[in-house]
Amino acid sequence: MGNLIWIFISAMVVNNFTLSMFLGICPFLGVSSRIETALRMGVANIFVLTLTSLCAWFLNTYILAAVPFLRLISFIVVIASLVQITEMAIKKLSPTLFRQLGIYLPLITTNCAVLGLAIFQTNREYGLLQGLFFALGAGLGLTLALVLMASIREKTELSTVPAVCKGTALTLLIAASLSLAFGGFAGLGSQS
Amino acid sequence: MKQTTPSQDLLAGIWKENPVLIQVLGLCPTLAVTNTVANSLAMGIATFAVLCCSSVLVSLSRKVIPNEVRISAFMLIIATFVTVADMCLEALVPTIHKALGAFIALIVVNCIILGRAEAFAFKRPVGRALLDACGNGIGFMVTLLIMGSVREVLGSGTFLGFSLFGPGFEPWVIFVLPPGGFLTLGFLLLFVSWREQRAALRAAGADAGAAARRVA
Repeated sequence: MGNLIWIFISAMVVNNFTLSMFLGICPFLGVSSRIETALRMGVANIFVLTLTSLCAWFLNTYILAAVPFLRLISFIVVIASLVQITEMAIKKLSPTLFRQLGIYLPLITTNCAVLGLAIFQTNREYGLLQGLFFALGAGLGLTLALVLMASIREKTELSTVPAVCKGTALTLLIAASLSLAFGGFAGLGSQS
Repeated sequence: MKQTTPSQDLLAGIWKENPVLIQVLGLCPTLAVTNTVANSLAMGIATFAVLCCSSVLVSLSRKVIPNEVRISAFMLIIATFVTVADMCLEALVPTIHKALGAFIALIVVNCIILGRAEAFAFKRPVGRALLDACGNGIGFMVTLLIMGSVREVLGSGTFLGFSLFGPGFEPWVIFVLPPGGFLTLGFLLLFVSWREQRAALRAAGADAGAAARRVA
């Protein structure tokens, strides 16, 4: 159990996917201008990450042992179809949520956090339960980073910023200080 | 479709439409693997190779792939070449392959490659697609090398592993850590937008000068 909690905490804050491993930078920079959108994007990501972890475990255990060189191709196909299924399900079940998520839903396919999760899970040889905790931690960490970033960016909209810094440069410099803050968690739990 | 000359296709990606600095694509590898020059170089070359191969194949098969499933087809083509690149790197430079880790596999989701396939290669003949891929690949590689040089020189006081400043140098460790990646790219983008702003000001100044002369 301690091991599972450690995997969860590690994926969420110590090795935060976005701020220390640079996975999922595109939505981090693209969808982080408002807290509400950031939160929704985060939740959609948690959902897809968890499903991906399940599928990757299934593929690794039952199919890919025989054909390891097909790993990358099968992962990307599975992720693309998963996102497609999620999209159809949300559209059917809750059209409002579907409209709110808009273009960001299909874009999860090319979010490197999702493929990254599947690959890390394979490299570290996580079991089913470990994989699930890893995915949940990673998803929550992603959401945390997105919401933190969005709350800072909402503030910068009201302040005077030199024209030359406006846009991505400012966002990256903010991300640097956020990442520095998360660096404070480094070494946490390294004994276990 | 805009008409371009072959040299424009090649040169656009290197500076004017640089995939990282201007279009802000493919940031994950730009930030993640540039803590040393050697890693940046390996990543740049691998991405360059995958980009060229997949652009050529996409362009060759553009009449065969139905429009509705083109994205999935692109992903499959890219994933195949990334698998090849992964195996090549593992066989040729095992230490760097280990240092880059999962990021080699993550070339699949590098938006530059999918972006060039969708925006360029799927609509143009093979030669042009290859030129465009080369230009963008070189642009990406150059950016990675700039990032890698800044981060390695400041962060460890070395270049390609050779010590530069002697034992008295206190390395700015922050630059090889994750925050340094964000910081370096942030300043790089700042530099680019400062140049753009200066060019715009100068153009405005020239216009105003011409107008003043006309009035006189």
